[in-house]
Amino acid sequence: MLEQKASLDWLEMRGDFVRRHIGPDRTQIDEMLEYLGLTSLEEIITKAVPENILSRQGESLKENISERAVLTYLRKLRERNQVCNSMIGMGYHGTIMPQVIKRNVLENPGWYTAYTPYQPEISQGRLEALLNFQQMITDLTAMEIANASLLDESTAAAEAMMMSRRLCKTGANTFFVDRDCHPQTIAVIQTRAEPFGYEVVVGDPWCELDQHDVFGVIVQYPGSSGEVRDLQPVIETAHASKALATVAADLLSLVLLKPPGESGADVVVGSSQRFGVPMGYGGPHAAFFATREAFIRSVPGRIIGVSRDDHGAPAYRMTLQTREQHIRREKATSNICTSQSLLAIIAGFYAIYHGPVGLRQIAGRVHRYMEIFAEWLRVKGYDVQTQVYFDTVTLHVRGKARRYAAHAREQNINLRIIDKDTLGISFDETTTRQLLKKLSGIFSKTEEEQLDILQMDEKLGQTIPQQFLRSTRILTHPVFNNYHSETEMMRYMRRLARKDIALDRAMIPLGSCTMKLNASVELQALSYREFSAMHPFVPLEQAQGYMQLINELEEMLCELTGFDAFSFQPNAGSQGEYAGLLVIRKYLASIGQSQRTLCLIPASAHGTNPASARMAGLDILTVRCDENGNVDIEDLNNKIAKDPDRLAALMITYPSTHGVYEEAFRDICDLVHDHGGLVYLDGANFNALVGISRPGVIGADVAHLNLHKTFAIPHGGGGPGAGPIGVRSHLAPFLPDHPVVDDVNPDASKDGTIGTISAAPWGSASILSISWAYIAMMRDAGLKRATMVALLNANYIASRLSDHYPILYKGKNGMVAHECIIDLRDIKEQTGISVDDVAKRLVDFGFHAPTMSFPVADTLMIEPTESENKRELDRFCEAMIAIRGEISDIESGVMDRDNNPLKNAPHHQSLFMRESWDLPYSMEKAFFPMPGINEEKYWPPVGRVDNLYGDRHLFCSCLGMDSESN
Amino acid sequence: MLDLKYSTDHEWVYIDADGNAVIGISDFAQQELGDIVYVELPETGREVSKDEEVAVVESVKAASDVKMPVSGTVVEINATLTDSPELINSAPEGDGWFLKLAPANPDELNELMDADSYAKFVESDS
Repeated sequence: MLEQKASLDWLEMRGDFVRRHIGPDRTQIDEMLEYLGLTSLEEIITKAVPENILSRQGESLKENISERAVLTYLRKLRERNQVCNSMIGMGYHGTIMPQVIKRNVLENPGWYTAYTPYQPEISQGRLEALLNFQQMITDLTAMEIANASLLDESTAAAEAMMMSRRLCKTGANTFFVDRDCHPQTIAVIQTRAEPFGYEVVVGDPWCELDQHDVFGVIVQYPGSSGEVRDLQPVIETAHASKALATVAADLLSLVLLKPPGESGADVVVGSSQRFGVPMGYGGPHAAFFATREAFIRSVPGRIIGVSRDDHGAPAYRMTLQTREQHIRREKATSNICTSQSLLAIIAGFYAIYHGPVGLRQIAGRVHRYMEIFAEWLRVKGYDVQTQVYFDTVTLHVRGKARRYAAHAREQNINLRIIDKDTLGISFDETTTRQLLKKLSGIFSKTEEEQLDILQMDEKLGQTIPQQFLRSTRILTHPVFNNYHSETEMMRYMRRLARKDIALDRAMIPLGSCTMKLNASVELQALSYREFSAMHPFVPLEQAQGYMQLINELEEMLCELTGFDAFSFQPNAGSQGEYAGLLVIRKYLASIGQSQRTLCLIPASAHGTNPASARMAGLDILTVRCDENGNVDIEDLNNKIAKDPDRLAALMITYPSTHGVYEEAFRDICDLVHDHGGLVYLDGANFNALVGISRPGVIGADVAHLNLHKTFAIPHGGGGPGAGPIGVRSHLAPFLPDHPVVDDVNPDASKDGTIGTISAAPWGSASILSISWAYIAMMRDAGLKRATMVALLNANYIASRLSDHYPILYKGKNGMVAHECIIDLRDIKEQTGISVDDVAKRLVDFGFHAPTMSFPVADTLMIEPTESENKRELDRFCEAMIAIRGEISDIESGVMDRDNNPLKNAPHHQSLFMRESWDLPYSMEKAFFPMPGINEEKYWPPVGRVDNLYGDRHLFCSCLGMDSESN
Repeated sequence: MLDLKYSTDHEWVYIDADGNAVIGISDFAQQELGDIVYVELPETGREVSKDEEVAVVESVKAASDVKMPVSGTVVEINATLTDSPELINSAPEGDGWFLKLAPANPDELNELMDADSYAKFVESDS
């Protein structure tokens, strides 16, 4: 046979990325299709998806580009970003990420592709790293406990306000905000307070606090202006009226300054960005939240604690999960359910690598440079307004602020223009002698006048009064004192990484989480300095690369969703929900319908939905689901009909949280619209719609997209996330804006938007490059194919497992969407084997468990995504089938109900240390239950972790403290 | 045998020798919650109305508010629960009691179920 001449297109490998991203190749796809009795991928859509939700894409996403072309494009884009030395401050500072951390963590899939550590046995590495972060925060703030990070400093401040109201025993309704707080923090607090009806007073708490009946106060330390003030009087005034005092602190300054905990603060929040995490034009970074131990149950976000495993050895886990707000549904005072794990981990490693001495050098250097410069300015007759400072000063230059700033920009330096008369100057870890010289040139008329650094340094005494200085030691724990050589540091990070199961080991079949490939090429831009070293408040002309990236991504997402505009400010899906509902409320008010405050939410919704609705000031009514998990239309009808004029919105997840395409989706949307309500679509499951259906066309008015699920941003072991919202045009005027950067919402209504919901104008801007690259390489055809293969993979698993486990919900033609739920309720009843036991047994097979008990208790939800190939799916199915066999042995009495491979799972290597092998099954069954495992056996670092012990014996600091203090 | 009355929210109450209403959660409720790890109790002296949520109970799998089956003033709380929340699992209708109220309106007890009706209610509800 003659070989056909290959096409040039084929030889050029243009669409090559699509086959790299999608796991199964053509042969495997055909095998799976045949297994399911299907003839083509297209047939999956006809079989599984209701016809009336299908909608064609436009033409603009037609051409896909190769990996190489994407890199070339990104390199061009980065040239349009102009990296200056930003001395703007305001919570964002230049920093140096140690290369050993960059190479081994930021660029290591073992860290960035991991999931939130809900399964502690396979997450001990990142749990330890997060506990180190908590220890670092409690040490530096001198507080008793800290959480494992929040989304950003401003939302952490808003969380502190909410917690203050919850804990304050008086009926006060006012929150006092130091006018020297960062403007974005003030704005986020104002947005958050409004739906709850709290009054926010912005003023000077040192003189005005006692004039108000407050439940809380927040002070910036050092102030946004740079001023370091004595916190004690404010805190005492607050406490005198039983209010809580929050301090928003700069973490690096606390190395030198008296920590807020020693002044009596109740809460300390802030950003850990300058601990080695690049500014990234706004994020992502890890905020921290520290408080008193007595308040631990009211703390928002995740907390890592120490428990023990079934052999009595210490083991880490996320503690007190039931206190997390999203579980409280409509009673929630916060909807936070994620964190910024990867960034918290990096900040923690930064502190470990530098240790207490290194941090003193860095903080001391930054401060000394500012002393040299500020005192020089004073000598030169400049009006430095800041009395006591750490790294930032405010300079009065009557009428000339813009002139100096422009002059500085010519020298590649950004100063903060506070107003026409006032400049802010902030130094950081990247400040150098050369830069100091350059800066002094801007404030000198002649060359002779310029700063002589050494001469100035010699003349200086200690400028910070003793009472403001820190007298206590920091970071005394061994972990901060043992890894200061690069060799030791490298090994420590590897030691932790190898304890965990991330996507670099095996598939992570977590339903509703979409653990797809995070391709290397998509992450490349994060390592470009022109993207990472950008301060979020630089003049827009310096950020044209980012502007282009953001605009292009907005166009892409509009094309894929049928929406007209997007806001990238929400930093997580939960924030998207919150922002989207605020937009709905604002819109309704703008058309004279502010009496519409009722938000309908199906019983099957994720708990965050009602929590977000509560925070947006809406009343919640739960709509029943029928036995198939679909919205009960009759109940929906009744609930709307009861009070149609109050209907504001329906929040709906599509495909449903049960993993099926509801047939009635369009009817449901019509029903809501007919009664004057709007439809909010929870886009958690958008991976089942991309390329085949556009929410904005089939009935949704607003939706958030989890870019960290559908659009390839890695989960980072529990953050970063990104939850931009798309809206139809009539809602665009109300999308978030920003107090520092203009025109973040170009369509902003004259009557105001919903305000600001995150610290940075475009949220975590740097990781938007990941989703951009993903869509650019996949384009229309690739994305559609990915969706079809995601459906194929899920249906293949459902079909393979259906002989062994009941599959709980199915749509038309017995098909599931992109995930499937297997039902273990009968098994539990018959054998006492729980979802936990199956999940832990999977560890022995080297797998991360599927999602447990969501949306239905005692079930497992499996989502394979398109990135896993058939071999991996088969391996997983075989493990599940083998486990079913072990359950059958319990059913038939061959194996004991309490002493069997499931109840004893995961099997820890310490079993080898016992005098004899006393389990009623073989070592091989315990450790190597399936052929092929020994190729890369995963050895869990601990046995099963005791949740009860951990929740009853709270311990949230690093271990080994005793040995140190002894 | 104590004359326990039950609410549809799975709280029980009885009037003790001092005329106080002793309140706790039912055996069914503790089983549903699983191992209890924490209890938040109100301050004594607080006036509470019927159906008001005044206590919080947390287990390893859920956090739940405890509604008052009757109204009154809190006269005593079971302080041992703070350190030994497991009492709620081991003796839900005994040492695991939550608090005592001086009842404002003892007639409210008549609106509650007795043990038999409660057992039927639990059966039909689950």
